[in-house]
Amino acid sequence: MAKISLIVNGNPVNANVDPRTLLVQFLRENLRLTGTHVGCDTSQCGACVVHLDGKAVKSCTTLAVMADGHEVKTIEGLAPDGAPLHPMQEAFREHHGLQCGFCTPGMIMTAVDLVNRKGHDLADHVIREELEGNLCRCTGYQNIVTSIAAGAKAMAKSA
Amino acid sequence: MYEFKYHRPATVRQAANLLVKNEDAKVIAGGHTLVPVMKQRLASPPHLVDLSHIEGLDAIEMKGRSLVIGATAKHADVATSPIVGEAIPALAELAGGIGDPAVRHKGTLGGSLANNDPTADYPAAVLALGATIVTNKRRLKAEEFFQGLFTTALESDEIITKVMFPLPKKAAYVKFRNQASRYALVGVFVAKRPSDVRVAVTGAGSEGVFRATLFEEALKKRFSHKVLDGISVSPEGLNSDLHGSAEYRAHLIGVLTRRAVEAATAK
Repeated sequence: MAKISLIVNGNPVNANVDPRTLLVQFLRENLRLTGTHVGCDTSQCGACVVHLDGKAVKSCTTLAVMADGHEVKTIEGLAPDGAPLHPMQEAFREHHGLQCGFCTPGMIMTAVDLVNRKGHDLADHVIREELEGNLCRCTGYQNIVTSIAAGAKAMAKSA
Repeated sequence: MYEFKYHRPATVRQAANLLVKNEDAKVIAGGHTLVPVMKQRLASPPHLVDLSHIEGLDAIEMKGRSLVIGATAKHADVATSPIVGEAIPALAELAGGIGDPAVRHKGTLGGSLANNDPTADYPAAVLALGATIVTNKRRLKAEEFFQGLFTTALESDEIITKVMFPLPKKAAYVKFRNQASRYALVGVFVAKRPSDVRVAVTGAGSEGVFRATLFEEALKKRFSHKVLDGISVSPEGLNSDLHGSAEYRAHLIGVLTRRAVEAATAK
């Protein structure tokens, strides 16, 4: 077993984990943060995307021990319980950027990372290229792209 | 995944000692190659030595006429580094086209080279640019380093520390993605260097990355895609699978080399 200490959604977390525990397993099973999903489990679909030190990563391909000493943010950390949704979440709701919703947490975490890196005025082709690592099997992406473009603009206002 | 012990050394020397002390230990940095194969139980190292917390191992800097990139520099770091963008823009572009944004936040230069996947992008750049791979023990030329499918000259306790890229006059990388996996079905890196031209091909060769010497000789006389008219690469020794026949890959090498020469000339 390995001792790890990290910050998850702003809160310090200490735990004893088997080194082979994936970060996504640790988040879902140990911390019960089940908003982060396991889709393909092969780092292709992006349902498991979380932020590690502020950058989007695939938590199904990251060991929990590798996050020791680092900061993790999950979909639950975007807006506190009971508070209004994060502007990107609100944009997905407003523009119907989901159908079954399974890919949505990963889509939103990827979208927020994209805005952090490339700003608030995003062309559709940039959004589509940046979604290379996030698969949606329902929507055909049209409303996801619309949601991200709108969410990016809304984030500028709320910042 | 099978059980293993996790180590987090603070220096390359500590990491090397851990490799000597623990037989079959494996080095990990971004983990984007090793973790998937461990999940599939294709690899089961009893010890993992994590290089990602060794300070300075991800540095990117100019040293004389060479661009030096640390082994744990992530693809996203290389893609967005103003130093790389200034020195070898083709290399920054290549790094920005690996995997997807989340993968680029974790995957490293050293990891890609040490794995020597036959469809990886970096090996083509390292071979075409004539880079030197520096380890904790020695310096290796690109052509000695790559030794076939998933095989390199690295010894079991040897760790890549950095890669030195001499600056080319012109360079470009063009890849044709596999529609499903998005890996290079064929990728061609062309570099016009002060003394010669090199054309390195990834994705196509059954023994991994290789140089298209026929194209190199023609391009050395005149660096224009026109000199490639009428010459082609033999399909012998190229991969043939459900994604494309050896003949198709040979054809793509010609097409992509032309595109890469045009792109390099346009820069």
